[in-house]
Formats: sequence, structure tokens, C-alpha cells
Amino acid sequence: METKNVMIVGVGGQGSLLASKLLGAVLLSEGKDVKVSEVHGMSQRGGSVVTYVRFGDKVYSPVITEGEADYIVSFEKLEAARWAKFLKDGGEIIVNTQEIDPMPVIIGATEYPSDILGELESKGVKIDAIDAYGLAVKAGSGKAANVVLLSRLAKKFDVPYEKWIAAIEKTVAPKFTELNKKAFYLGYNL
Amino acid sequence: MKKLLIGNEAVSRGLYEGGLGFVSSYPGTPSTEITEFLAKYDDIKSEWAPNEKVALEAAFGASLAGVRSACAMKHVGLNVAADPLFTLSYTGVNGGIVICVADDPANHSSQNEQDSRHYAIAAKVPMLEPSDSAEAYAFSKAAFTLSETFDTPVLLRMCTRVSHSQSVVDIGEREEIAKKPYVKNVAKYVMMPANATKRHVVVEERIKALTEYAETCSFNKIERGGTDIGIITSGTSYEYVKEVFGDTVSVLKIGMPYPLPEKLIKDFAASVKQLYVIEELDGVIEAHCRALGLSPVGKEKFTPLGEYSQKTVAEAFSLPAKKTVSADTPIPARPPMMCAGCPHRGIYYVLAKNKITVLGDIGCYTLGAQPPLSAVDSTLCMGASVSGIHGFLRADTEMKGKTVAVIGDSTFIHSGVTGLINVAYNASDATVIILDNSITGMTGHQQNPSTGYNIKGDPASKVDLEALCRSVGIRRVRVVDPYDLAACDKALKEELAANEPSVIISRRPCVLLKNVKTNPPLNVNPEKCRSCKRCMGLGCPAISMKHGKAKIDRSLCVGCEVCAGLCPFSAIEKEGD
Repeated sequence: METKNVMIVGVGGQGSLLASKLLGAVLLSEGKDVKVSEVHGMSQRGGSVVTYVRFGDKVYSPVITEGEADYIVSFEKLEAARWAKFLKDGGEIIVNTQEIDPMPVIIGATEYPSDILGELESKGVKIDAIDAYGLAVKAGSGKAANVVLLSRLAKKFDVPYEKWIAAIEKTVAPKFTELNKKAFYLGYNL
Repeated sequence: MKKLLIGNEAVSRGLYEGGLGFVSSYPGTPSTEITEFLAKYDDIKSEWAPNEKVALEAAFGASLAGVRSACAMKHVGLNVAADPLFTLSYTGVNGGIVICVADDPANHSSQNEQDSRHYAIAAKVPMLEPSDSAEAYAFSKAAFTLSETFDTPVLLRMCTRVSHSQSVVDIGEREEIAKKPYVKNVAKYVMMPANATKRHVVVEERIKALTEYAETCSFNKIERGGTDIGIITSGTSYEYVKEVFGDTVSVLKIGMPYPLPEKLIKDFAASVKQLYVIEELDGVIEAHCRALGLSPVGKEKFTPLGEYSQKTVAEAFSLPAKKTVSADTPIPARPPMMCAGCPHRGIYYVLAKNKITVLGDIGCYTLGAQPPLSAVDSTLCMGASVSGIHGFLRADTEMKGKTVAVIGDSTFIHSGVTGLINVAYNASDATVIILDNSITGMTGHQQNPSTGYNIKGDPASKVDLEALCRSVGIRRVRVVDPYDLAACDKALKEELAANEPSVIISRRPCVLLKNVKTNPPLNVNPEKCRSCKRCMGLGCPAISMKHGKAKIDRSLCVGCEVCAGLCPFSAIEKEGD
């Protein structure tokens, strides 16, 4: 198979590492060659962060560049727009509708764009916008927004539902398993 | 067993299986997880050292005693450990020594983009360079044999993309290596001039032998793919070359960037029409090729700046760019910043308000340089705030009373304390602020000698910072809570006015620590808010102006109340007020 490219983007501290860990575990169990490239260190402190996930028969580069991503999973609206140029022709953005103001907006140097997703859609970008935070709260905690978003991505893959649930059970600490399974269910069946 | 591992975990697995008995490191992105993962193995003695020089010297000691040892550091950490490294090259080893050094092209979390390969050349020590986790594992495991066979420490060069990328590793079992006996050998281990002169001869012979070894060793390999284009590459650049060209060009993959082979490279060059060298950062392999009389295409086409990708390679070969789509609306930047409730914020606010010149240091608190606080004037390297303020005030006595140094607890232990001894000894009347958040923060919460816990989280001896500062000759030492802005302001003014050196310890644990209890989020009462924006001066990510009034993001606020204390109209209220 041709290598598939998924980017998980968001704001440092939003918990994108769990989403990439679950995704990596599922893909590995499917017998794929997988590479996942993460960001640690300074940019984790509230900066824009990106994780690259690539899988296929044989994967070389650990990173994704402009025009290559099949899917961008964004934990925040502005971040979806920031990384949109990485999307390939016909690719899709799965985005949490939450807004987190970056410092230039906070200090009033600039404004948070008003309809950035609409603008991307008008340019032909496929967008699956969901209130992942709201669904996660419904599941028991806003912290599970990452798993809600992952569930939307999971629907695009030819992998049985049970495999994702098994990965959650194997990866997540026991006291959070139920929360994450519920969050995954809510997103998947939206 | 196949596992998906980040490069750093793969290194730790390789070192573990290779019979590692002792590891000592100082944390530094992107190297930190190597030692964190090693600490999970009970049959390895693992430690955080106060700095990289101590770490490497401890590894030398363990090697001398006959145990396979290692240390891990970021690229700039090797500057600190360079002193033992250069002479360790002369003494060689008893138990094998592997020094893992992680470069950070693109400065994801660093103050420069230095290329560690220059150290291998300068110290005449062999270096291995993996390009993914599978190689990181295999090279680390093999490094001990290389070290003991050639009686040399071995450098293992990682970079951010290899350290922090997960790829598939087929792991094996640990090799139990018996401790070698320690045998006193003055000629080998006592590097006084007469002995060192003789050992230098050994070093030169070793490099000759290693160069011979490089011709056929399994770390360097040729992948044939036609005779038009031949690419010599290494590390993560190899992955980008393969991503773009697959098997359609010939590749000489260098896994041992020092010493480089001669015949292997010349023969490869002769087998292709056009030779390229693709390597991140400096043209080290390219320079070697030129010294051999070859004329590859190298840095004239491939930048010495930042990280490469498949795009870098594709563009250099004029391959068509991929179609992209983007928004026309400008996207506001999202730089990293201090967290909501960060204890550094209060002290920086007071420094900024008093228009103090601040010599800064390395850690999360470097972020105090960002607007709106904009409170930091310099950041050079670990410890340079304390040493720097001394020189600054010696050169310009007018700045006394208007200048401070700020340094974190871990950085102070690393190399700030020597600067403080200089401040006391050479009497510069400097004021040094130790930002004691009781953890090594930026690298992801590692214990250090001032926290009272060791790498395993077990109780350990704790440096008494106040007593330490007093004992080096600082008589004025005081502690403030950075959430108490009035106390910070008072302490700052009094210490700056004093005619002797002083230390202010700004003490409050990092708000991200699991054992730190946070408070319910605060609210802005819109009826009381007069839109004066004073709270905005804190640069707290939880506070913004919405429809002309301050607003607090409940999902971010941890109830530190620093903003509440600042509001002249008492508009910021606790839950239930």
C-alpha cells in the first residue's frame, strides 16, 4: 500500500501524545510499518505542536511536508488553519471547534480569525468539525477530547471498532479506561 | 518482539541489552528520555548528575572499575562534558563507555544548532549515527563491543527527529556482562605529561585502525540503484533520500561519521556519474570527500540551517512541488509561553514593572523574554546569568541596583553555583534570583540535587540552597513566594539597594507537578472590571480581553490569584464570592 499520512496538531499540553500512541498501537497491530514523530521540550509549553503519523508497507521519512497529509486531526480551530497547507489534494481535516487564544490575540496585537474553517471549506477543503470537548465532558471529562477526535479518524480506516477499544484498554491507565471508551463511542457514533 | 519505540527508548533498550551497568546524565531535550527509560531497569544503576561533566566523569569512574557505562546529554551538554571527553580519548576504557549526544537542528528546544560530529573529530573518538529507532537500538547495543575492542569511548549521535520519532524495533535479550577486574595502570590512566604524550601515540594508532575498520564495518553500507546519481548520506537525511528516490539512486549510508572510510567513499564516487552529499547541519562528510580529492554537490545546494525533510531533497533535485491549499487570512503565531499559574510569572512581572535589566538563563523561565513581560535581556548558556552579571557590573558600576540575574534551581546546581562563588569572591554586589520551582521543568520534570529525590523518585540528599549561598560568602539570602507580588517587590528593592551581593530565592513548585494542588478557577466580575488591562500585563494564557472586559478561561486557570492581587478594582473573584 501507498504510505498514508496523518497529522495530529494542537496546542502544547492538550494531550495529543495519547492520540498518536493509540493510533500507532493500532496500526502496528495491523502489521503496518509505522513512524510517529513527536515534539517534546519548549514548544510543549502552550505553543503550536504537531505529531506526524505515517504508515504503510515501508515508511522512510518520519515527517510529513506540505501537500502530503491524508488527514489532519486538529485539537483547536486555529491550528487546523495553520497546518492546512500540509493537506494533500483531496485530504480531510478533523477539527475540534474549541478556540484557544494565542498570546498575540491575548495581548490584543491581533484578532482570532472569525470564520477560518468556512474560509478553508470555500477553498474546497473537506472538514469534519466537531465539539470534541463537549462530547468529552459528556463522557465524563474534557480531558478525553483527544480520544473523541481519534474516534472520528478511526471511522476513516478499515480497522474494526473492537481493535480501537482494545488499544484503549491496553494503553490507558485502568481508572481512565471507561471514560476513554465512552468518549470514543460518542465520537464514533456521532 | 516487535515494538514501536521512540529513538531514545530504543537507545536505552540497546544499552540495556548491551550489558550497561551504570548511567549518569543531566537532562536536556532531546536526549532526556534515554536516561529516564534506563532508570526503569533495576539491573542498571542510574542517576541524574548535577551536570554533564560530572556525569561523564562518573561514567569514566564506573568504566575504570570495570563496568559498562554510559551517559546521555543534549548537544550543548557535550560542551560541558568536553573536558573529560578529550582526555578520556587518551586513557581509553576498561568497561565500555557510550556517550549519547542528541543534536537539535531547527532549535526545537535549544539555544544553538551546533553539530556534535566536530567533537568526534576533535577528540578523536569514534561516533555512530543511527537514522531510526531500529538502528538506534542496534548501534547502541554494538557500541560497547566497539568501545572495548578499540579501547575508546564511543559517541552515539542522535538528533531530535531520531530521538523523538517512534519506529518499529525488534528487541532482544540482555547480555549479562561480567565486571572486568580493575588493574592499576598508571601509564594508561594517569594523564600527566609524560604519560599523556605516550598515550597520544596510542590515540593516533587507534584512529588509523578505526579508519581501516570503517572500510568494511556494518555501520556503513551501500545500496545500489543505478550509476547516474550516487548520494552519500547519514542519519535522518538517509530517510529523506529514500523517501524521495526509493531504490532508484545509489546510496552510501554512513552509520559511523567518524572516522570516515577513504577507499569505500572513493570507490563509491567512482561508480556513479554525479556524487552528492546530503547531511544535516555542517558539511562534515563533504569536507572529508573534498580532502580525498572528490567534488560532490553538497552545501552549495543543501543548507547548513535547520532540519531537512523529503521536501528539502525534492527541491534540491527540482522535483515538482506538491499541490497545497491554505487560508488567506493571516494566522496569528502561537509561540510557547509560561503556563497559567507558573510561579515564574510573578517575579518576572515585578522585574518588568521596575524596569530591571535581567541576565537570564536556560529553562522554562527563558520564556519570560516573550511579550508582554519582555523581562529578559540575555540568554547564553547554562549558568551564564550568574557569571554574566558579575562581568556586567564590573564593567558598568552604574548598572548596580538596576540589574539582576535569574536562574532556575536545577541550572543553579548545574553551573550557577560556581558563578556565585565568583560574585562573592570578586565582590560585584550582584543580586541573583534563584527561581526555585523544585524540579527540572523544561525537560519534563526530572529530579535534581535540590529536590530531595533521586531519578527513581526515592528520597535523596537535598541541597540546602540558602545554606549553600551563605557558605560561599553571600550574607544576604532571603526567600520569597512569587505569588506574593508585594513581597517580591519589597525584596527586590531592598536587595538591589544593598552594598553587597545578595540572593533572592523565589520559591514555589512548578504548577504542573502532580503533587501540587491547584485551586478552582477565578472569575472576572464584568460589573467591576473597568477594562484597565492591568491583569493583561501578566501575560497569563488564561486571561484575555473579550468585548472590552477581562475574561478568564476556566479550562486553563488554576486559581493562583496573582491577577486578583493586581486588579485595582477587585474585579477578579473566587468561586462563590
